[in-house]
Amino acid sequence: MCDTCGCNITHGNEGLIRPGGKLAKTESGKEAVTVLHSLLDENDHTAAHNRAHFDSHNVLTINLMSSPGAGKTALLEATIKTLQAKTGSALSIAVIEGDLETENDAERIRKHGVEAIQIVTGSACHLDAHMIHQALHQLDLAKYDIVFIENVGNLVCPASFDLGQHLNVALLSVPEGDDKPAKYPVMFRSADLVLISKCDLLPVLDDFKPAQARQYLHDIASDAPVFELSAKNGSGMQAWFDWLDAEIHAQGSRAAVSSTHADHDHHHTHEHHHASHRHDSR
Amino acid sequence: MHELAICQALIDQIESIAAERDAARAVAIVIGIGPLSGVEAQLLKHAYPVASAGSVAEGAELVIEDLPVRVKCTQCGEESDALPNKLLCKHCGDWRTELIHGDELMLMSVELEKQSVGANSTAGEAKMTLH
Repeated sequence: MCDTCGCNITHGNEGLIRPGGKLAKTESGKEAVTVLHSLLDENDHTAAHNRAHFDSHNVLTINLMSSPGAGKTALLEATIKTLQAKTGSALSIAVIEGDLETENDAERIRKHGVEAIQIVTGSACHLDAHMIHQALHQLDLAKYDIVFIENVGNLVCPASFDLGQHLNVALLSVPEGDDKPAKYPVMFRSADLVLISKCDLLPVLDDFKPAQARQYLHDIASDAPVFELSAKNGSGMQAWFDWLDAEIHAQGSRAAVSSTHADHDHHHTHEHHHASHRHDSR
Repeated sequence: MHELAICQALIDQIESIAAERDAARAVAIVIGIGPLSGVEAQLLKHAYPVASAGSVAEGAELVIEDLPVRVKCTQCGEESDALPNKLLCKHCGDWRTELIHGDELMLMSVELEKQSVGANSTAGEAKMTLH
């Protein structure tokens, strides 16, 4: 949508702009300005900027979202172990961690020899594109194939903020119950892949029905693939690795398209000190 | 509760629109929110006085339009109203729909009060002289 041709005037809002509509009246001495801007314009702009950075280094970026304790860090640890052990084609990974407090998760990741940038959000319940942009100043993207962003554990707020990732992965852990997609449609609608995590608990938490979770996902028109897995015992992890593999290959063509579109032509309001790139357009 | 962050983004936009148009202050702001934007209108209303304090939008009326959820079926092509967690086609019942409305989070309009000629304008309701 844009601000020039009027394509942002939709069935939903056109009634407001017509004469007599809420946006049409103007009293003397006052001026009514029709805007029709997304409130998240600024964030989305920075997110596009981040995405251009990732693309210019052909880095696949995945935003992991879930409620607290659904197993995002455990999934990352298990993923790192496997990807590092891949014979012949070991992938280089970096992780950006978002938490309200502590460096605990970043330290868990660093124990595996993987670079982890911890963003401590304080009271903020989500990561936004600006925080990721700051973190990018500390990462030499040329060294990596994949950047995982582990968002703040929260099924509400992170869904509203584009970070510049290529894909969203939502975890739904067995102890949470299978109706989370119905309760948090915004989050689960944004997911490109849904992982039902902690499936090793299914025998004891047998009121969680994976088929029911899939039904709730269909109800919100989600066609995201759904994998059942356990990072703890390794079951079902292969489907996740295969999906990652396919997406890493797909990223090659995404990055190529992005560079031909040259969508990185907005001007910078600050100096860049990214470790190794020289592609800033002006 | 990310509504304060959203509200701050709103105030930033109002500030720059007011500056572009040389306005003294905003008197009314209309935003449109769809239920699938992930933003709660009531929380936004609570955050608004805090976020707008000291800005050109301080004291401006915040009008929130609740926008409906509409989907278009990718199978039968029909459009229908839907609920945020039931985005099914009302005509053929299929789940493979596209959201056409309902995730908006939009600044729709702002009503501005112009700067008065002369330095000591008051920011009240008094009639202002236009440039």
